[in-house]
Amino acid sequence: MLGKLTLSAIPYDVPILVGTFIGVAVIGLAVLAAITYFRKWGYLWREWLTTVDHKKLGVMYIVLAIVMLLRGFADAVMMRTQLALSYQGNPGYLPPHHYDQVFSAHGTIMIFFMAMAFMTGLFNFVVPLQVGARDVAFPFLNSVSFYMTLVGAVLINISLFIGEFSNVGWLGYPPVSELQFNPGVGVDYYIWAVQISGIGTLLTGVNFFTTIVKMRAPGMKWMHLPVFTWTAFFTNIMILTTFPILTATISMLSLDRYLGMHFFTNDGGGNVMLYLNLIWAWGHPEVYILILPAFGVFSEIAATFSGKSLFGYKTMVYASGAITVLGSIVWVHHFFTMGAGADVNTFFGIMTMFIAVPTGVKIFNWLFTMYKGRVRFEGPMNWIVGFMITFSIGGMTGVMLAMPAADWVLHNSLFLVAHFHNVIIGGVFFGYIAGMNYWFPKVFGYKLRDSWGKWAFRFWFVGFYLSFIPLYIVGIEGMTRRLNHYDNPNWHPWLLVACVGVFVLTLGVICQVGQLVFAIVDAVNKKHDAQDLTGDNWGSGRTLEWSIPSPVPHYNFARLPVIRGLDTFETEKELGRPEPVSELQPIHMPKYSSLGPILGFFTFLLGFAMVWHIWWLAIVGLVGAFIAVVVRSADLDIDYYVPVEEIRADEEAFAKRLNAPQAAE
Amino acid sequence: MSHDTTHASPAHHEEHEHQESPVVFGFWVYLMTDCIIFGTLFTVFAVLSHQFAGGPTGKELFDLKNVEIETAILLFSSITYGFAMLGAQAQKKAATLGWLFITFLLGCSFVFLEVNEFTDLIAHGAGPDRSAFLSAFFTLVGTHGLHVTCGLIWMVVAFIQILGKQGLGSRMISKLTCLSLFWHFLDVVWICVFTFVYLGSVL
Repeated sequence: MLGKLTLSAIPYDVPILVGTFIGVAVIGLAVLAAITYFRKWGYLWREWLTTVDHKKLGVMYIVLAIVMLLRGFADAVMMRTQLALSYQGNPGYLPPHHYDQVFSAHGTIMIFFMAMAFMTGLFNFVVPLQVGARDVAFPFLNSVSFYMTLVGAVLINISLFIGEFSNVGWLGYPPVSELQFNPGVGVDYYIWAVQISGIGTLLTGVNFFTTIVKMRAPGMKWMHLPVFTWTAFFTNIMILTTFPILTATISMLSLDRYLGMHFFTNDGGGNVMLYLNLIWAWGHPEVYILILPAFGVFSEIAATFSGKSLFGYKTMVYASGAITVLGSIVWVHHFFTMGAGADVNTFFGIMTMFIAVPTGVKIFNWLFTMYKGRVRFEGPMNWIVGFMITFSIGGMTGVMLAMPAADWVLHNSLFLVAHFHNVIIGGVFFGYIAGMNYWFPKVFGYKLRDSWGKWAFRFWFVGFYLSFIPLYIVGIEGMTRRLNHYDNPNWHPWLLVACVGVFVLTLGVICQVGQLVFAIVDAVNKKHDAQDLTGDNWGSGRTLEWSIPSPVPHYNFARLPVIRGLDTFETEKELGRPEPVSELQPIHMPKYSSLGPILGFFTFLLGFAMVWHIWWLAIVGLVGAFIAVVVRSADLDIDYYVPVEEIRADEEAFAKRLNAPQAAE
Repeated sequence: MSHDTTHASPAHHEEHEHQESPVVFGFWVYLMTDCIIFGTLFTVFAVLSHQFAGGPTGKELFDLKNVEIETAILLFSSITYGFAMLGAQAQKKAATLGWLFITFLLGCSFVFLEVNEFTDLIAHGAGPDRSAFLSAFFTLVGTHGLHVTCGLIWMVVAFIQILGKQGLGSRMISKLTCLSLFWHFLDVVWICVFTFVYLGSVL
């Protein structure tokens, strides 16, 4: 009846997990009680959970990303403290089996549910506004994508308390991930979490690619696209070209595990290196999928806070394109030690080094944007300066690893771990956090407190170096990754420093949570100087999203903007905005739909049932999801018109707010 | 300025364009991702096509005659679907439904033949768990079969919806266009399956 699921799957004998469970349960119950007490269930369901509005979905993605950041960060703290303790006679507090799950969960969560969710959240909020659209091309599909991501995240977190998680790393390498060596449910949780969220991401790719190609405002030519949208465009191309490989690869691993096939097994003619090639043919473009939008964020911020247009707009676009192409033909550098031969390794080594060229072009573009600009070091600008220094170091160690000969020594060492954290924290994470600080006032109409943001940056910047420079050093000294215990006395002091580093990072996280808490406090108190009344919060916004009120009306643009060139809003501020010649028209908008969450619910049942081999429940999930899709396709009542009176009232209120500060002077 | 006026007056019309064209375009983009899934499976088949693990080879297993019939059926069903589309564009409900029904029958017979072939192989001890070659074979051909099955289910749903309120409205036309793309796409994939998997193994 319940497949492999029995009471023994609940790890009530592991104190860490019991403690975590109690913590999560208390917080969860408190949140649920609060929602009930304030009678917010109806509001939550009608306004948020069933939404197809790209802005609200964007917010939900980022909330998910922040929660997952806390989860993944807790894993990081556990690993660093374990390694600070588990020296010589001391075994530490995490036995190997548990430690293996912690690093697997850390990697999987940080990539799929922190970084990807954060990135998709930024796309959702920003891209339609930057291209002057009322929503994405397929608003309902957007809601489905979100629920797929959410289901993956829920599955991975349920594995904490029911059963176990994968213990083979974030990419699930066979043959260790095969049934022969891993008969438990851990790898199955990994498979279904990644598979379901991966399909969600693929649909996001279809959606945003179509949005950028088809939904641009009148007059917006390709070379008028803001750079963030350009990077989103290239990222979505990479999602479209590589996520199908992930889907197929994970499916084949599932077929090995569920139907006894022999794709990647040791016996029956299976080929393990085939899996490595396939997973990295997705996995390497994946890191560029993550970093390109961060580059886009930095491009927006550099221009805004330097008070001038981005230096080398066209080279920025071409560099992003070059990275997209090159990023797809370097995957073998993840396993130079496979023994593909000198020719193959040389090709992939050289291609990898080439990527440094377009990336370098970008760094110089940002520097020249700042050069002779009127630079204001507000919160978001701090992150970009920290990024340029940190990312350059990470890029250089990347070029070191790109040399096959050096890689044969450094492969699978903590040097590698330090390198990719160097580019992912220093690049991706700094970028997304900068983006959150930058667009937060646009989303909610309230600013994040700058001082807390700056302190968060300082702790992250210092904490990063304290945590990861030691890992470079012990890596060169030969410490391999994924060790949970060591005897080498040379490594111990460095790992203590790294542990201190992670606590500095914790302070950074606390400051960021503080930033969000204070933003809520300010919003509740309607604190006047925290409000963004003009819609152009930084005073020097250049792109379309700053031309409309904050928070953005649900239809985005009262009149579709007409684009005359790059940075239309900046041009309009200089030359004055032309009076609109057209009357306001009713705006055609999609209706919210409860089928998104319903589809998500059945997909969750399917995933959970497949993990535990509860076949009847899997059928229920599949049939339920199918029915939800059919019901949607039969639904003819999916849109409505926003009446002109509502738009006019919004417009007048906005005009009043715009004129108010001038009147006060 | 002139731009402003031109797009302002037919705003209503423009909204509709916005709604319709992305659907087919977006579906086409989705199909390209599907194409990459098949590309991956073809690659895997190419890598594993000689990993028999002491089991039977393609030459011993495949019955080209059966595959030729399958191919003929599937290619023919593309033509009949084309007629259904012509009927839909001419707003002829009966013709659309009739041709859809014929396409459906052809699709069903294709799936029937494929399932027959699979059960036959499994009964003879050549199931997907026998060797890496057979895993790759069953997965590639099976994924195509699964797509055809999804297309058939889609056809049933469309059939019922045409009879219902949606009729042959613009939303249904774009839905049928997507299904048409899907169906022809599966044909193209099948030609590759026929060439690389069956002919390649037998010749």
